[in-house]
Amino acid sequence: MSEAIVASQAPGTDLASVPGASGARQFWRRLRTQRAALVAAGVVALLVLLALAAPLLTAIEGQDPTTYHPSLIDSARGGVPVGSFGGVSGDHWLGVEPQTGRDLFARLVYGARVSLGVALGATVVQVLVGVVVGVAAALGNRWIDQLLSRITDIFVAMPLMIMSLALLAIVPSSFPRPLLVAFVIGLIAWGNTAKIVRAQTLTLKGLDYVSAARLSGWNTWRIARRELLPGLAAPVITYAALLVPMNISAEAALSFLGVGVKPPTPSWGQMLTAANVWYQAAPQYLLLPAGALLVTVLALTVLGDGVRTALDPRAASRLRVGTGRKREAKADADSKKATADADSKKATADASAKMAATEADSKKATADASAKKEAEA
Amino acid sequence: MSLVEVTDLTVGFGSLRAVDGLSFRLEKGAALGLVGESGSGKSTVASALLGLHRGTGADVGGSVRVAGIDVQEAPDAELRRLRGGKAAMVFQDPLSSLDPYYAVGDQIAEVYRVHVKASRRAARARAVEVLDRVGIPDAARRARSRPHEFSGGMRQRALIAMALACEPDLLIADEPTTALDVTVQAQILDLLHTLREETGMGLLLVTHDVGVAAESVDEILVMRHGRAVEHGLVGAVLGAPAQAYTQELLGAVPRVDAPRTASAVTEEVVLEASGLRREFGRGKKAFVAVDDVSLTIHRGETLGIVGESGSGKTTLGRMLVGLLEPTAGEIKPGGGVRPDVQMVFQDPVSSLNPRRSVGESIADPLRAQGERDEGRIRGRVRELLERVGLEAAHYDRYPHEFSGGQRQRVGIARALAADPRVIVCDEPVSALDVTTQAQVVALLAELQRELGLALVFVAHDLAVVRQVSDRVAVMRRGRIVEYGPADEVYESPRDPYTKQLLAAVPALDPEVAAQRRTARRQLTAV
Amino acid sequence: MSGFGGFVLRRAVGTVITLLAISVIVYVVFYATPGNVAQITCGPRCSPEQVHQVAQQLRLDDPLYVRYWHFLQGILVGQDFSTGTSVEHCSAPCLGLSYQGDTQVTQLILAKLPVSLSLVFGAMVLWLILGVGTGILSAWRRGRLTERVLTGITLAGVATPVFVIGLVLMIVVCGQLQLLPFPQYVGLTDDPEQWAWNLLLPWLSLALIEAAAFARLTRAAMLETLAEDHIRTFRAYGVGERSIIGRHALRGAFAPIIALNANNVGSAVGGAVLTETLFGLPGIGQELVHAVNVVDLPVVVGMVLVIGFFVVIANAVADVLYAVADRRVVLV
Repeated sequence: MSEAIVASQAPGTDLASVPGASGARQFWRRLRTQRAALVAAGVVALLVLLALAAPLLTAIEGQDPTTYHPSLIDSARGGVPVGSFGGVSGDHWLGVEPQTGRDLFARLVYGARVSLGVALGATVVQVLVGVVVGVAAALGNRWIDQLLSRITDIFVAMPLMIMSLALLAIVPSSFPRPLLVAFVIGLIAWGNTAKIVRAQTLTLKGLDYVSAARLSGWNTWRIARRELLPGLAAPVITYAALLVPMNISAEAALSFLGVGVKPPTPSWGQMLTAANVWYQAAPQYLLLPAGALLVTVLALTVLGDGVRTALDPRAASRLRVGTGRKREAKADADSKKATADADSKKATADASAKMAATEADSKKATADASAKKEAEA
Repeated sequence: MSLVEVTDLTVGFGSLRAVDGLSFRLEKGAALGLVGESGSGKSTVASALLGLHRGTGADVGGSVRVAGIDVQEAPDAELRRLRGGKAAMVFQDPLSSLDPYYAVGDQIAEVYRVHVKASRRAARARAVEVLDRVGIPDAARRARSRPHEFSGGMRQRALIAMALACEPDLLIADEPTTALDVTVQAQILDLLHTLREETGMGLLLVTHDVGVAAESVDEILVMRHGRAVEHGLVGAVLGAPAQAYTQELLGAVPRVDAPRTASAVTEEVVLEASGLRREFGRGKKAFVAVDDVSLTIHRGETLGIVGESGSGKTTLGRMLVGLLEPTAGEIKPGGGVRPDVQMVFQDPVSSLNPRRSVGESIADPLRAQGERDEGRIRGRVRELLERVGLEAAHYDRYPHEFSGGQRQRVGIARALAADPRVIVCDEPVSALDVTTQAQVVALLAELQRELGLALVFVAHDLAVVRQVSDRVAVMRRGRIVEYGPADEVYESPRDPYTKQLLAAVPALDPEVAAQRRTARRQLTAV
Repeated sequence: MSGFGGFVLRRAVGTVITLLAISVIVYVVFYATPGNVAQITCGPRCSPEQVHQVAQQLRLDDPLYVRYWHFLQGILVGQDFSTGTSVEHCSAPCLGLSYQGDTQVTQLILAKLPVSLSLVFGAMVLWLILGVGTGILSAWRRGRLTERVLTGITLAGVATPVFVIGLVLMIVVCGQLQLLPFPQYVGLTDDPEQWAWNLLLPWLSLALIEAAAFARLTRAAMLETLAEDHIRTFRAYGVGERSIIGRHALRGAFAPIIALNANNVGSAVGGAVLTETLFGLPGIGQELVHAVNVVDLPVVVGMVLVIGFFVVIANAVADVLYAVADRRVVLV
C-alpha cells in the first residue's frame, strides 16, 4: 500500500517527468497542449508544402522565376513595374521585380526551396558532426576527450558569418551554390551541438542503468546504441529545432551580402539586397521577402520552443547531475553555457497559468546559459 | 493562548488532497513531532504554518493560528512579520536552502534587518553572534564564507543560526537532518535540544524518521494520507501504539539493538578481495577513495559494509562488481571463473532505462549470455518477476508505471537474471519509505535463503545493516576500521569511530535517547 | 597549480593555443587551396607579371609550414616585402599586403577599426540595458499581461534577422518619417554628438535583436532561480518580493548573462558586418565584404584573424568572469 503512495501521491518525485517515459506519444500529448506551437507547426507545414510544390504552383500561374519581362517595366520611371501594387495582375500574382520584370511569386516560392533546403541541409551536417564528435569525446579516453573538446571550443569561438563569408569567397563558383552554403554553415557551426551532446552523454553514462547494462555483459557499442543514443534523441532534436531558424537567417544574410546563393537562383536574401534600392518605388518588393523570412523564422522558432517544452531536456539532466566526478560536473557547467539561448518554454505556452505553475515550469524550462545563435546575423 | 492552533486544516493541490482535516495545538515552549512516510502531507503542514502556500494556487481550508496571527487571514505585511520573526523554519537540504552567491553572514544579516530596525553593521554583528551560538568555530571569519565552503553539518548550523537571529517563539524544522550523516545528525539534534532548553522556544519537527522524533520532541503526531493517525506523548505512542498503522510503522523500523536471525552461512568462499586500493584524479588532485581493503565473502552470508558519506563504501562496492578497476589489489572469484557478481543500485529512478520495458531490462543478462530463444527468455523473465513479488504481466510495462519499491524489485530481478553467486546491494533501501524498506529487506533475505546467495550490503544506516548482516565492516576514509561478526561489532565495538557511530544512532525510547545524549557528550568531551 | 590564479593562467595558455590553431586553420584553408594560389590571391584582374611577383612574395616554392612560419613571424616581429623595385617594411603585427589597394593590411584594418568598435560597443551597452531590463521586468511581472506582451515582443525580436530590422528602421525612420539622417560615420573625437546621432540607428538595429535574446535568457534564468530552494528560504523569513527579485534572483542570472554575452560577441560581429553594409558605415565588416567580393585574399585572411582574435579574447574574458560570477563552477 505504502508503495502505491509513493507512486501516486508524492509530488515532485519526478515520476511523470522522466523523459521519453512513454516516448513519442507523450511528446505529441505535450506538444498538442501548446496552441502557439501548433499554429507554428501549421505555418511551417504550409511553407514546406509551398516549397515542394513550387514548380507546380508556378506552372499554374504560368510563370517561372528567371524569365525577364521588359514589357512590364516602366523604364521612364527608372525601372519600376507598370501598374499598381508593383504590377500585380492575374498573370503575376504578386507583381514583378523592378528593373527585370521577373515574376515575384515564382521567385518567392523558389526562394522558399532554397531557404528551407539550405537550412535543413546545414542542420543535418551540424547534427551529424556534433553527435559524432560529442559522443566520441564523452566515451573516449582522457586524451581523445581533451583533443576533441579543444577543437570544439575553437569552432564555438569561430564567428560563423565571418568564416563563411571568407570561405564562400574562395570556393570556385562551379560548385553547386546552395549545397555549398549548406555545407559551409554546417561545418563551421557544429560546436554547440557537440558540447551539448558530450555533456548529455556524460550524464547518461553516469546513470545506474548504463552500469547495469555493463554488468549484463554487453559491449560498449551495444550500450551506446541501446542505452545512450535514445537518451540523446531528445536534446539533439530540441537543439536541431532551434538550429533550423538560425540557419535560415544565416543563409539569408550571406545571400544578402552577395556571397551566398548566387543569381539566377532566387533567394530571399538577394531579394532584400535589391529591395534596399527599390523600397520607395516598389515597397512590396521589400515586404515580400522580409515578411517571408520573418514568418518562417518566427514559426520555426516558436515550433522549436514547443518541441523543447514537449521533450523537456532539463528533466533528463536533472535525473542526476554527476556523482562527484569532475568531468561530469564540468560537463554540466559546459552544457549550461552551451545550451542554446535558453529562455523559458513558457514563452509560448499558456502564459496565463497560475504563478505556481509558472515557477514549477520554469524549473523544468531550460533557463541555462547559452550560446545562442551565431547565425542570427 | 497556544503557540500554534491548527483547526481542520486542508491543503489541496488540484485534485490531490495533501492535508485533509488536520487539527492540533502546540503550547509555548513545547515540542511536537510530525511523523509520516512520503506523501503523508507532513511537510505541507509545516509550510502552511508560515502561509507559504499563499499565492501558489493551492486550496487551503480550515484555520491556522501561529503566535496569535491568523495565517489565512493576515495581510501580507503581517505575514512577513510572522515569517522569521515569530516562527522560523529550518529546511531539509542545507546546501540548496542558502543562496550560493552571498556570504552566510550577509544572508543572516539580511533576514535580521527585515525584522529588526538595525544598521548594516549591527546586523552583521548579530549574524556573527548567532553563528557563534550554534557552534560555528571562528564565527567572525566564517560569516564571510559562502555556503559551498561549509560542510553539510555546518550549513545546517548556519540555517539554524538564521532561524535564531530574530529570537522566534517557534522553530519549524522540516527534515532537518535527513541529508546529513548519522554523527552530524546527532550533533544537530543535540544542538536543537540545547537551544530549546536555553531559549524556551517551541519546536515543530517534521520527520520521516521515528527515531529522530523520539530524540527531540515531547509529543508525536503520526500522519498518513494527510490525516492524523495517532497523537500523544512520545513514550505512549512509541511504547504502546494504539493504531494498526502506527504498529506497522514501528514494526518496520529497523532497530540497531536487535540481532539478526541466523542464516545459513557456509565456509565456501565465493569472492575474495585483497589489498584493494582506488585513487581518483592524478597528480596533486589525487584522492584515495579506497585504501588497502581486504575482504572474504562466503556463500550464503551477508556482509554489511557501513560508513558515512565519503567513506569509500560505494567505490568499494563498484570495484567488487567490476564497474571500477582497482588501482591496486585484486579480486578473485572463489572457484568459478564466470562473472557472477551482480549489483542492485540505490536510486530506483536512474537504475532503469525509462525507454525500455522492465521485462527487456531484466532480459538483458540473458540475451548478453547468448540466449536467443524468445520463448525461453520471456518465460524466465516472467518467473523472475513473480519471484520478486511482481506480476508476470508486468513484462511490458515501463519503469515510470512502478513505485520506488517495485522498481527496486525489478532491479533485484535483473540482478538475479544473470544467476549470480554474489549480489552487491548499494544502499538498496535508502530511497524507500520505512515500510517498503522492510519489505525489500525481507525479500532479499528470502532470496538469499533459497538460492544460497552471498550478499554484500552497502549502507549508511547502521540499523538496517545490523538487521541484515552476518558480518560487518565499518569504513572510514577509505579504510576498514572494524571488521567482524555483526553482534560483536554492534555490542562490543573496539574502534572509537564505531563507538561514536553507534552512540549517534537515534533511539526509539526517549529514555534511552537521553542516555545516549549523555554518552555522546562524554565521547566528544574526551 | 590550483585556485583562481591557476585557472586564469590555464585559461590564458588555452587562449593562446586556440589563437594559434585558428591562425593555422585559416592559413591552411586559404593558402593551401587547390589551384593557382598566386592567381587567386592577386585576384582575377592581375597581369601575369603581378601574379609572378605575388608568387615570389608568398614564397610559393617553399613548403607550406615554412610559409606559415614566415606569416607568423610577420605578425610577431614584422616582415619585409619586396615590391619589385624597393623593399617595403611592414612592422609587427604584419598581416601582409593588399594587392588591390597596394596597402598594408594592418593599416587598412586600423583605419576601419574605430567604426566597428564604436558600433559593437555602443550596441552592446544598449542591448545589455534593454535586454536585461526587459528580462527583469518579465520575471517580476510573471503571469501578468506585461509578461505576455514582453514575451511576444522578444520572441518576434529573436526571430527577426538583423538586416530586416535594419532595413525597416532605415526606411521608416530616415525615409518616411525623416527623423534621422541616413547614417554617415563621424569620428568620436571629431564630433561626439554627431557620432552618437549618426550611429543611433545602426546601434538600435544591432541591439534590438541581441536584446531580445538577453531578455529571454534573463527572464528564464531568473524564473529558474526563483524556483530554487533558497528563494523559498528567504520567503519563509519574510524577505520582500523586491529584494528576492532584485537581489537573489538577479544574482542567479549573472553567470548565464555573462556566458551569453561572450557567445554573442561572435554573432554580434556577424551582425555588425550586416549593419555596416546596410548603413554604408566604413568599418571592418564593409571592408571584409568588399575584399571578399574582389577576392583580396591577404585582406580577407587578416580580417578573419583580427575578428577571430577579438572573439576568442572575449570568450576567454567571459570564461574568467563566469568563474567569478559563479564560484561553484568547477575550475578545471
